[in-house]
Amino acid sequence: MSIKKFSDIPASEITDEHVYFNRRAFMRAGILAGTAVATGWAYEKLNGRPRSLASSQQPPALKNFTPVPVSSSTHPIATGDPNITRAFTTTEAQTPFENVTHYNNFYEFSTGKESVADAAKNFVARPWTVAIEGLVRNPGVFDLDELLKISPPEERVYRMRCVEGWSMVIPWAGMPLSKLLDRVEPLSGAKYVAFQTLLDPKRMPNQRRRVLPWPYVEALRMDEAMHPLTILASGLYGRQLPNQNGAPLRLVVPWKYGFKGIKSIVKIQLLAEQPQTTWSAYGPNEYGFYANVNPKVDHPRWSQATELRTGDLEKRDTLMFNGYADQVASLYAGMDLKANY
Amino acid sequence: MKAAKFAKFVLFINSLVPLAMLGYDASQHRLGTNPVEYLIRTTGMLALIFLILSLAITPARKVSGWNGFSHFRKMLGLCAFFYGLLHFTSYFVFDRSLSLKRTLSDTLARPFILLGMTALLVMVPLAITSTNGMIKRLGAVRWKRLHRLAYVAGIAGSLHYFLLVKADTRQPLAFAAVLSVLLGYRLVNRYSPSLRSKPAIVRPSN
Repeated sequence: MSIKKFSDIPASEITDEHVYFNRRAFMRAGILAGTAVATGWAYEKLNGRPRSLASSQQPPALKNFTPVPVSSSTHPIATGDPNITRAFTTTEAQTPFENVTHYNNFYEFSTGKESVADAAKNFVARPWTVAIEGLVRNPGVFDLDELLKISPPEERVYRMRCVEGWSMVIPWAGMPLSKLLDRVEPLSGAKYVAFQTLLDPKRMPNQRRRVLPWPYVEALRMDEAMHPLTILASGLYGRQLPNQNGAPLRLVVPWKYGFKGIKSIVKIQLLAEQPQTTWSAYGPNEYGFYANVNPKVDHPRWSQATELRTGDLEKRDTLMFNGYADQVASLYAGMDLKANY
Repeated sequence: MKAAKFAKFVLFINSLVPLAMLGYDASQHRLGTNPVEYLIRTTGMLALIFLILSLAITPARKVSGWNGFSHFRKMLGLCAFFYGLLHFTSYFVFDRSLSLKRTLSDTLARPFILLGMTALLVMVPLAITSTNGMIKRLGAVRWKRLHRLAYVAGIAGSLHYFLLVKADTRQPLAFAAVLSVLLGYRLVNRYSPSLRSKPAIVRPSN
């Protein structure tokens, strides 16, 4: 093997000092850019960076639904007890559709509020049946579309206050629960109405994880269930209920914390005794059966005195019964609301 | 630029990547439906991540035998403090509406806030004494003892996160698990002489 003398290496093969440093600078730039991209990727993954709320697919428009101006004399808002019906709508700014549908607590799909929409996008909510059982004259398993014919969807623009401290204003469409109950005729012994969400880990994948005891169960006292503000919603913004908001049928009780508004209902039971409900079973000292919005009763870990309307940068005061005190306070006359939270 | 200096520069730029993305998203109104919640959650998460990374340096150095890791500790710790401060500031501005009184009453009323405040306050002396001059002034032994407060910050920070979550505790538990490994390693190292390696090196670094 011949060893080349230094002078044997042609000058053309010696890396120029200038090139050598350029190459190193090039490699370093590559390292810098590569690690920065990796860090950015990790940041997105780990933190669930919200996707841009580019207009998502919208569910089909509701049938037989016309958002009637409040002034119309035929609208239920203009026909009932004015003290009640004035709470059917509000002039407060409505939370945009994209936000109502991309910030959801629906643990059956995901525990990340901004991941629910995506996790629920393939859920098929038709055909759908609702079983009505218990202390009722006309029990049975009803096709949802038949049930919805009992009364055409009415527009209700309600404030929604989540127990976590944020709130929205949502234009729901639905029928008063009382109309459904009147149809099935509860027996005199029925004191509570319990609701159950679908239990089907194939369709609601996060039910495979026992974050909460499934199926989700919620309940109301009979007078709460019969109150005209309580609705079974089948839509929002004039469209069928999006999957992530509880398709095809959910409960909306505007003076209670959002978790009372059970989603994707498959069963309604009329009961003599107060049933165990999901969140109050999970954390009895944190979530009560009543769960009425109450700025004076704090959650053990955080204050309920104020709330953040989504999109706002400043908090606002939370109102007693979420601003529906004139309509519902009488239901709880004489009750200790600190004990019955 | 020397290799060590360049490595630190890479870490510095990477530490700023989340901040840049957060700032960019904010400027584009892309922080989601509840921007305030997103800001508070994200900065808190970043503080915890950097805190855990800074606590991982000593074990990494001992396990790998490569002392070069210690070049990164100061910057990681300062980043933890920086993001922690940002976390507190967003809470103070948006959640407490800039009211010291309301911040204080919230801190005293809620254990998870108290834990978060503890984690942050404990990091203040660590940030102040992070300079080479301070290491010299305090002496390595005292400096090391003082900087064990980082363990307190880690534990308080993790508990703070755990207590905040409603039901899905996976992420806070993951943080707690990593932290337990890092602190557990130190305990084992301290109390089992057979495993004891050479003492940690504290030296001024650039």
